[in-house]
Amino acid sequence: MRAFSGSDLIYLLYALQWTVALVVIALAMGAPLGLALALMRTSRRRLPRYIAMVFIEVVQGVPLLGLLVFFYFGVPLLAGREVAPVIAVSIAFTAYSASFLGQIWRGGIEAVKGTQWDAAACLGITKWQQFRYVIGPQAFRMSLPPTVGLLVQLIKGTSLVSIVGFVELTRAGQIISAATFQPLLVYSCVAVIYFSVCLPLTHWARALEGRLNGAA
Amino acid sequence: MTGFNLSQILHYQDLFLSGVLMTALLSCIVMFFGSIIGILGAVGVRWGPRPVQYALRAYVEVIRNTPGLIQLFIVFFVLPSFELRLPPFHAAAIAFSIYFGAYAIEIIRAGLDSIPRSQIEAGQCLGITRWEVFRHVICMPALRNIYPAFTSQIVLLVLGTSIASQISAEELFYMGSFVESRTYRSFEVYTFVCAIYLVMVLILKTVFAAGGRILFRWPAHD
Repeated sequence: MRAFSGSDLIYLLYALQWTVALVVIALAMGAPLGLALALMRTSRRRLPRYIAMVFIEVVQGVPLLGLLVFFYFGVPLLAGREVAPVIAVSIAFTAYSASFLGQIWRGGIEAVKGTQWDAAACLGITKWQQFRYVIGPQAFRMSLPPTVGLLVQLIKGTSLVSIVGFVELTRAGQIISAATFQPLLVYSCVAVIYFSVCLPLTHWARALEGRLNGAA
Repeated sequence: MTGFNLSQILHYQDLFLSGVLMTALLSCIVMFFGSIIGILGAVGVRWGPRPVQYALRAYVEVIRNTPGLIQLFIVFFVLPSFELRLPPFHAAAIAFSIYFGAYAIEIIRAGLDSIPRSQIEAGQCLGITRWEVFRHVICMPALRNIYPAFTSQIVLLVLGTSIASQISAEELFYMGSFVESRTYRSFEVYTFVCAIYLVMVLILKTVFAAGGRILFRWPAHD
């Protein structure tokens, strides 16, 4: 048994890198999928709408913890060989963030008035160009505050990865706590680190929202 | 160990059933105490003295910007240092109530803010009692405004209770990991557990949608 020291704090901050890495992966891979889901969800055809709806309902209808273990055990079975945990975990978080991004961005797209589509169509540009240059930018502006909010949710969500043994901030806290027998001190430090990462983002989301309401 | 085989884990159906009941019980307890925190907190934020307002805001910010799992660990490990050894289930109920309460405060506060002053003044002009003004002019319209956010928070709560398995509270997810340790059929077990959660969530959403239609029947704009 040893006491909690400065080097433990450095270890925690080092582990924070993996928390950040997971969030970046979840966003980078989840964003294209989320955009596809949002477009499918607002599509005029029924089949893509239903597929997107079922995906979103299922992913948001199971616990994130369940999603993690499902992919953790499922991906190796599907691949037929050992798979690095980081890959399985990344797939789980991609699905998770995509389902929420799909929902948020769909709301943004629907909030843009229908006449904007008509006006864009009058310019004789393709359907994709209408979205890319007319609808998308407006929808993006409106969806930005909840998207930043999702970022906070993702950061907090990565703490669950600790259960499959992936060493990020929470898991590092568990390891140090087991070595020092000072769980209260260690977990308080971990909480403070999460808090100082999340709070600025929360405030940013709130500021964005205020600016949007002021402009409207 | 090949193929998707559910028969082995279905031997443990009693465990899964008790897991579902414990998850439901935990969710109900948290909903009850969390809502009380939410209502009192929202009233405190809106009408309380300055120090109370600041304290409540700090509470909400701290809870909303730290992971629930860490909060659970802190509650679970703090209590013994006060010579209070609670079973994991109780610790989880306390931690989740604190967590749910913070979100409930935000939702209820937003609901109260959504009622314009002029509407309350208009209600007072009708010559009805203060209680009637509160009930018909503030409470019911505010309830309708918070209903969607509050019910989806409850769904998130039910799913979130799964992390109580990490301190060995015997809810559904914990039962899943127990059966996994007996059968070694990890994928089947967790797929099954996920499916149970999904069914519970779909039932809840259906009930909430129906409840909303019955409770708030009056027209949105007249």
